[in-house]
Amino acid sequence: MSSTLLPKPQMRGLLGKRLRFHIVGALIVSLGSAVLYKYGVAEPRKRAYADFYKNYDSMKDFEAMREAGVFESVQPKDS
Amino acid sequence: MLASRAFSLIGKRAISTSIGLRGHAGVAKSEDFSLPNYIDRRDIPLPQLEYVRNLSAEQKALKEKEKASWSALSIDEKVGLYRIKFCETFAEMNRGSNEWKTVVGGVLFFLGFTAFIVIWQRLYVYGPVPHTFSEEWVAMQTKRMLDMRVNPVEGFSAKWDYDKNEWKK
Repeated sequence: MSSTLLPKPQMRGLLGKRLRFHIVGALIVSLGSAVLYKYGVAEPRKRAYADFYKNYDSMKDFEAMREAGVFESVQPKDS
Repeated sequence: MLASRAFSLIGKRAISTSIGLRGHAGVAKSEDFSLPNYIDRRDIPLPQLEYVRNLSAEQKALKEKEKASWSALSIDEKVGLYRIKFCETFAEMNRGSNEWKTVVGGVLFFLGFTAFIVIWQRLYVYGPVPHTFSEEWVAMQTKRMLDMRVNPVEGFSAKWDYDKNEWKK
């Protein structure tokens, strides 16, 4: 049995320390993931949709789809 | 009688139970699990019994010395008293082991074995794949999806260049 004294371990405030660690960590993780999602996913997606519809001609797109023959209600023009 | 002989295959306790029931008719016998026991557990820091039940002569002398002032005890005597009362220290009972290596190895081994079973199944159990998976059909399917403008903003048709009639680089 060793006769050197061990340092006295932490006796108090254990729950408080654990709570502080986990609350701070939870805040950082949740806010961080929200910020990452907003600027990594949501903003690029909004920009992609805005860019797509900025110069979108829906009638031209419709005519192209009609020519390709994917509709049942209208046939290609020269058939 | 025959029943208790059959139970001897399982454990001695069953025999003593049935003999006890026959020997002490009318007296309830306590089962082992209802008696005080000793156990090393983190959440039971003070078990119901002392660890050592039959003290040797020196241990009995130590117990007598314990009744006097504790500051008269040497360190080794204190440790001796501890070992009478407890089997393992917290450090000893909480020690880690190498069991996780066996567990991980076993898991991976059986995952690999499952792969053999899956491959055999694919070759010998499943029939041929539907005709809609052939190259020509998939090509026709892709062309129709592009004609319909499937997901034109961020998805499928967004990757096709309609002016040059090829996939975007």
